[in-house]
Amino acid sequence: MYSYKLSYLKQLEAESIFLIREAVAQFENPVLLFSGGKDSIVMAHLARKAFWPSKLPFPMLHVDTGHNFPETIEFRDYLVNKIGARLIVRTVQESIDKGLAQEEKGPNPSRNGLQTITLLSAIEEFKFDAAFGGARRDEEKARAKERFFSHRDEFGQWDPKNQRPELWHLYNGRKNVGEHFRVFPLSNWTELDIWQYIASENLEIPSIYFSHQREIVNRQGVLLAKSEYISLLKNEQYEEQTVRFRTVGDMTCTGAVFSPANTIEDIIAEVAAARVTERAARADDQRSEAAMEDRKKQGYF
Amino acid sequence: MKEQTREADLLRFITCGSVDDGKSTLIGRLLYDTKTIFEDQLQNIERTSQMRGEEYVNLALLTDGLRAEREQGITIDVAYRYFATPKRKFIMADTPGHIQYTRNMVTGASTANLAVVLVDARKGVIEQTCRHTFITSLLKIDHIILCVNKMDLVDYSQEVYEKIKTDFQNFISRLDIADVRYVPVSALQGDNIVNKSANMPWYEGSTLLYMLENVHLGSDLNHVDARFPVQYVLRPQSTEYHDFRGYAGRVEGGVFKPGDEVLVLPSGFSSTVKSIETFDGPVAEAFAPMSVVITLNDEIDISRGDMLVKPNNQPEISQDLEVMVCWMSEKPLVKGKKYIVRHTTKEAKCLVKDIRYKMNINTLHKIEDDLNIGLNDIGRITLRTTLPLFYDDYRKNTGTGSLILVDEFTNETVAAAIIL
Repeated sequence: MYSYKLSYLKQLEAESIFLIREAVAQFENPVLLFSGGKDSIVMAHLARKAFWPSKLPFPMLHVDTGHNFPETIEFRDYLVNKIGARLIVRTVQESIDKGLAQEEKGPNPSRNGLQTITLLSAIEEFKFDAAFGGARRDEEKARAKERFFSHRDEFGQWDPKNQRPELWHLYNGRKNVGEHFRVFPLSNWTELDIWQYIASENLEIPSIYFSHQREIVNRQGVLLAKSEYISLLKNEQYEEQTVRFRTVGDMTCTGAVFSPANTIEDIIAEVAAARVTERAARADDQRSEAAMEDRKKQGYF
Repeated sequence: MKEQTREADLLRFITCGSVDDGKSTLIGRLLYDTKTIFEDQLQNIERTSQMRGEEYVNLALLTDGLRAEREQGITIDVAYRYFATPKRKFIMADTPGHIQYTRNMVTGASTANLAVVLVDARKGVIEQTCRHTFITSLLKIDHIILCVNKMDLVDYSQEVYEKIKTDFQNFISRLDIADVRYVPVSALQGDNIVNKSANMPWYEGSTLLYMLENVHLGSDLNHVDARFPVQYVLRPQSTEYHDFRGYAGRVEGGVFKPGDEVLVLPSGFSSTVKSIETFDGPVAEAFAPMSVVITLNDEIDISRGDMLVKPNNQPEISQDLEVMVCWMSEKPLVKGKKYIVRHTTKEAKCLVKDIRYKMNINTLHKIEDDLNIGLNDIGRITLRTTLPLFYDDYRKNTGTGSLILVDEFTNETVAAAIIL
């Protein structure tokens, strides 16, 4: 008897490739949301695999808050150029300038929530009918409820109580004019799977994922990097520490972790032994019990 | 326990059972004892439990992620959880127990290899146990583990456990389930979930986790009957791949190798496999559930929805189908109405020709005098499709034997169907 077996990572890969192809076959005008973080790097890689030897049949969209780590933006441009993709950038600043969004007040104003507005106007501008995202169900309890094909109404809203059942591998992407879908091919991946896959596929990642020296301020347990977008509160000061980032987002809400991990293998060992979730370092999730669900309902990815 | 080898295999399972049978506690315990719960998550639910004035840390808060679920203290929608042991990785679909959410149970069960069915030791086998077990067998989940929970509330009585076991055996003798196991547990106290219980020395079997880790998964995919539904046609038209014409898809059954003779449905043309391509280079064979690109030695017109098979092993081809449906919409099934059918990569329209019967899934009797199929009902119907479908009996291949019905006006997925 032959043994026809795929390893766990290969099963996840095959499932994601199937989903990406399925979305492209069902939708007219898809786009890949790309931030330069580890999940979107894996997404871009899987998308290339899905259509090889053809090029990516869709552009990439970066919703830029203007508060990104410079290393991430540099990496974004490098990768897009390397794989020959088309990159669209839409900025939160444009949304603010047009009066569609308003900057938050306070000691560390975040533009994270405003991304939703910019994302929805980009979707409208380009008439995208499906947007791939690298969200994973293991990230957060509201994400654990997410479908692969997630329907959004004409305002971009998610209705968690009215999701379409997803049966077997049959995905229903039918929609009315003006509505769109978010497609999450990495739903079944965990943080550890992402790192193991990055290791096994030998993928390049931005330097901020590796341990480095950086000036940070410890604000209620979140280690924020020094930047022009944050002002120190009374009694706070920057200190130099050995850190790295587990997630990459806006500089105003993405916290670092103390870490000596220098290689992907180190990171895998660190993630495997971690006692807190990767989002514990995200200030945006700690604003309320259902912060993610509430943002997603409004159209956040 | 989170270390793992990269070659670890994967078990997808579903947990089901009635409301208040302690399902969320069981899941919480499984995650807690496999060290899958993180400190910040635990602190979060500790804080919430305290704020709500609850006496103990409510592990259900771990799994009930939506505002509405927390408000009502019940699970509304399927949530997927992930954990791993050195032996295996697990994807767990946590499904609601409420009758009105049976469709969500079907959703979780459609991709599962195993079902953990919970009963409350004080109540024994009840309607909801039977309902869930029937759906499990209908969807051809090969393995069931019956967890008799809350053993601490019946003084860890062997007699109680044996009685429930016998009742369940009587019920499933009418169903077709290959592998059924039993384990007495207390999710609250942690008996026999991950660690063997000292409170039940009479129980000689293994713990729930041990069963999950060791159940044999070899036979769940079909590696005999070759099926390749074409998902997408790749024509790069680049200088390097000028004449490349590849058919992207996932193998739904059997094995394809270069040189194999294949038949293209529905055109009936045949050719041979030239190569099986992937981004990482050509491969010697492709089997389920691999996503690959197949190239052929002849130029044939093939598009999405077509299927490559072997000439000596063909699926059924028909426009008339007998199916069992699980209805998922508030609007009842309408005889004579047209729906959209999605089957493998194919979409067509269909007409509901006849409603044969509705199932009483508690008694397993056929109801022939009430043919109104509404939300959460299961029944047997006949469909006439506008295009021929290439399919197999669901028992032979769940990938080519399943379909969904979509309402053409609301775009809602209204039914899951199993081809008989």
